[in-house]
Amino acid sequence: MTAIPKDAGVSVAADAQAWEPENSYWRGVGRRLLRDRTTLVCSAVLLAILVIIVLAPWIAPYEPNVGRAIIRLKPIGFAGHVLGTDELGRDMLTRLIYGGRYSWLIGISPVLMAFAIGGILGIVAGFAGGKVNMAIMRVTDVFYAFPSVLLAVSVSGMIGAGILNVILSLTFVFIPPIIRVAESVTTGVRNLEYVQAARSTGASPLSIIFTHVLPNVLGPVFVYATGLVGLSMIVASGLSFLGLGVKPPDPEWGLMLSSLRTAIYNQPLIATLPGACIFVTSMCFNFVSDGLRTAMDVRA
Amino acid sequence: MSRQPLIRARGLHVSFVSRDATIAAVNGIDLDLNEGQVLCVLGESGSGKSVTLRALMRLNPKAKTVMRGELNVAGHDMMALPESKLPALRGKVVSMIFQEPMTALDPVFPIGRQIVETIVRHDGVSKADARQRALDLLDLVQIPSAKMRLNAYPHELSGGLRQRAMIAMAISCRPRLLLADEPTTALDATVQIQVLLLLRQLQEELGMGVVFVTHDLGVAGEIADRVAVMYAGRIVEQGSVSSLLARPLHPYTQGLLGATVQPGSRGARLTTIPGAPPDLRRPMQGCAFAPRCPQAEESCRAAVPEFCHPAPGRTVRCIKVMETL
Amino acid sequence: MLSYIARRILYMIPIALAVSLVCFLLIHLAPGDPIAAMVPPDTPPDVVAQVRSDYGLDRSLPVQFELWLEHVVHGDLGMSITRGRPILPDLIVASGNTLILAVTGGILGFVLGCVFGGIAGVCRGTWIDRVLLGAAVAGVSIPHYWLGMVLVIIFSVGMHLLPAMGAGPGTSSVWAWDWAHIQFLILPALTLCVIPAGLVTRTVRGLVSDIMSQDYITTLRGKGLRWDGIARHVFLNAAPTVIAVMGLQLANLMGGSILVETVFAWPGTGSMLNDAIFQRDFPTLQAATLVLALFFVVLNLAVDLVQTAIDPRISRS
Repeated sequence: MTAIPKDAGVSVAADAQAWEPENSYWRGVGRRLLRDRTTLVCSAVLLAILVIIVLAPWIAPYEPNVGRAIIRLKPIGFAGHVLGTDELGRDMLTRLIYGGRYSWLIGISPVLMAFAIGGILGIVAGFAGGKVNMAIMRVTDVFYAFPSVLLAVSVSGMIGAGILNVILSLTFVFIPPIIRVAESVTTGVRNLEYVQAARSTGASPLSIIFTHVLPNVLGPVFVYATGLVGLSMIVASGLSFLGLGVKPPDPEWGLMLSSLRTAIYNQPLIATLPGACIFVTSMCFNFVSDGLRTAMDVRA
Repeated sequence: MSRQPLIRARGLHVSFVSRDATIAAVNGIDLDLNEGQVLCVLGESGSGKSVTLRALMRLNPKAKTVMRGELNVAGHDMMALPESKLPALRGKVVSMIFQEPMTALDPVFPIGRQIVETIVRHDGVSKADARQRALDLLDLVQIPSAKMRLNAYPHELSGGLRQRAMIAMAISCRPRLLLADEPTTALDATVQIQVLLLLRQLQEELGMGVVFVTHDLGVAGEIADRVAVMYAGRIVEQGSVSSLLARPLHPYTQGLLGATVQPGSRGARLTTIPGAPPDLRRPMQGCAFAPRCPQAEESCRAAVPEFCHPAPGRTVRCIKVMETL
Repeated sequence: MLSYIARRILYMIPIALAVSLVCFLLIHLAPGDPIAAMVPPDTPPDVVAQVRSDYGLDRSLPVQFELWLEHVVHGDLGMSITRGRPILPDLIVASGNTLILAVTGGILGFVLGCVFGGIAGVCRGTWIDRVLLGAAVAGVSIPHYWLGMVLVIIFSVGMHLLPAMGAGPGTSSVWAWDWAHIQFLILPALTLCVIPAGLVTRTVRGLVSDIMSQDYITTLRGKGLRWDGIARHVFLNAAPTVIAVMGLQLANLMGGSILVETVFAWPGTGSMLNDAIFQRDFPTLQAATLVLALFFVVLNLAVDLVQTAIDPRISRS
């Protein structure tokens, strides 16, 4: 299944360039991004989805958890229900919009939290070196020895279902790769000459970290993290699909996919809608992440 | 010895076309080479010498390269030949050795296999025979412990040995023409001389014509019969090595010689050629060297100087030289 | 070389131990008394006492780990709460089924990825490249459980060409390579192959494009090799990395097959995991995780060794 590439850190570390005048580099990045049509389109789509799900209570035509058995599994274009109804007679459009809130929540938060925790740990490991580095990296290696889905499923299986548990177990799964990337980039930056110059003038480690290391490390690590969001959404929704995530009757795309499985015989199109949403979101995140990486790679 | 020249190029132009710009790398050169002769193409980076060399076997990147003019190599009309017929010539009739053997040899193949590959490809002999020939070749290029070295990978050999291996690969099918793109530049000074002498020796033994590209005058003096000096995609001076080095006529050649460190120049100021080579993306008016030439005048910028023949076997593109005739 | 292999195997041991430790601790994640997580609720008290002493549940954690490890090393992975019989034999059968699915899907994904990636790498920058790269990104972004459903809708419900569920006709769980069984394999394998295909496409594309810009390609053209001769060089230069990626993909397919197996009711380790979760059969969950994780570790080692064996640039000192 999906793998978090083991050598991601290596290529990302190469992206940690020697410091360039701030505005010219970022302006270059901005310019390249604006020229990349795919990235622009995907960003627009993501923004649109975000707006829609945030404005859910005001946009959605119905209540997400209220259904009328009499209109179960009505097709797309049914009177009053643009995208049909699900197996309990609830409006699909409404469920999809509200479901987006949960799906995005459980998809994005783990990556954000892993970025924060893993980022700190990785930077510390990369900067401190020696025993601290070894300790952190060996423990990371152990967790890296598990396939991500397996780890997520097992941990979730043990601690039980629920939104918080899904977010927790996925955060747990994503921390090791981010540690790896952050450590690799930090080590690369640490050895660059300007950092050594700063150290030789007696600047305190903390100030070096903040002025030199962080700006150059956060960029590549952030780009790497954005690449994980697509995967995270798929796995998070996957966990809900297995019943380990959001609990019914709350809507969530993966959960909806699972409960609509029996509907593939009478309303196949409706049954696939939630999955299509996951697909579109994940794909857009991946394209944007790729576009970011290409724009930030000065050598390309 | 056949009367037909090994290389005959007239008005050869090579440009690289891309979305952003067109680079006129070679701007109309004439070249002649007979069997068994050694021609040295001398020039600095960006002069078009490597592009010229590759053009002789149409090795420049297919997608971007545009060639025009007349080019005849070993009796083949290189401009008219379809792409599919070129591989048969390369390595068999015309062979090339490159500047950096570390990157020019495939790192995951032992050198023996790379030589065998060439032999099998062109001469169709069995692998065993090809291996024996490869062994003989390694001896010929003076690689010690040849039998062991056949199985060595490029990164396991020193720079000098790598270059010899590449030479062995290039001459494996007895080409009539050997093209050498700065083969000694990346080597240590002591090894450079050894490889140069080896090349000279092989050239005499096998009777190959050689076109040798370099920026180093000393190298030219060591190995060449004739020298062609290139600047900004044009040949500005041509002649036998002895007469050219003794009496350089073109201001650029004079500048090059003056800039060379000679024994006895200690304490004296080194003359340098001020300025930098022109940007080949912009078409040039007049003599390309004029901006840097100490003898330049108005008429130099008006039109590209034509060839003149100040002496038998010598050609120069310079108005000032023409005036003195 | 031999010492290199020995050292790598030696290095694997602490990792295997640490992985086992994590799996061991998993059971303690479950809420409540661990003993409740290990035996069915209606077990007679003397059996409960026996289990308690066997696994040292009254003693310190390190001792428990040691005792558990002893059981594992002797092939005793515990008893399934729901099935009331040892886990290992069932796990072996299930692993076999998952292996069939994973290998088929893996090979499919690998071949597709190499072909598309190779074409994209050679045609870098052209529209072909952009289309293939887009397809690769799409492939990696597809939730495969959704894809499985879509394929079932098209080929099973819609066209009645292929079965929607199971691994063979009837209830027998014995696999055979005949059409009656293979037709059950097609849809799940196709579903499973999409993500590795996407990943391998991107990897191969990058590799091929990189290799094609190397100096030695010019040398090869210069000595008169045609495209087939050059392709051999490209292939051998790319092989170590591609094999490594593929090995890892295979391991991930094995470990992460639960979602596809659930959609297709494929009787493999994934289904076993799924059932274990829902029946709260923690020993099975733990055992399956352990086996899959260890398999992943061993496969990683194998990939590492293969890569070193075929790439002469890696130092083996």
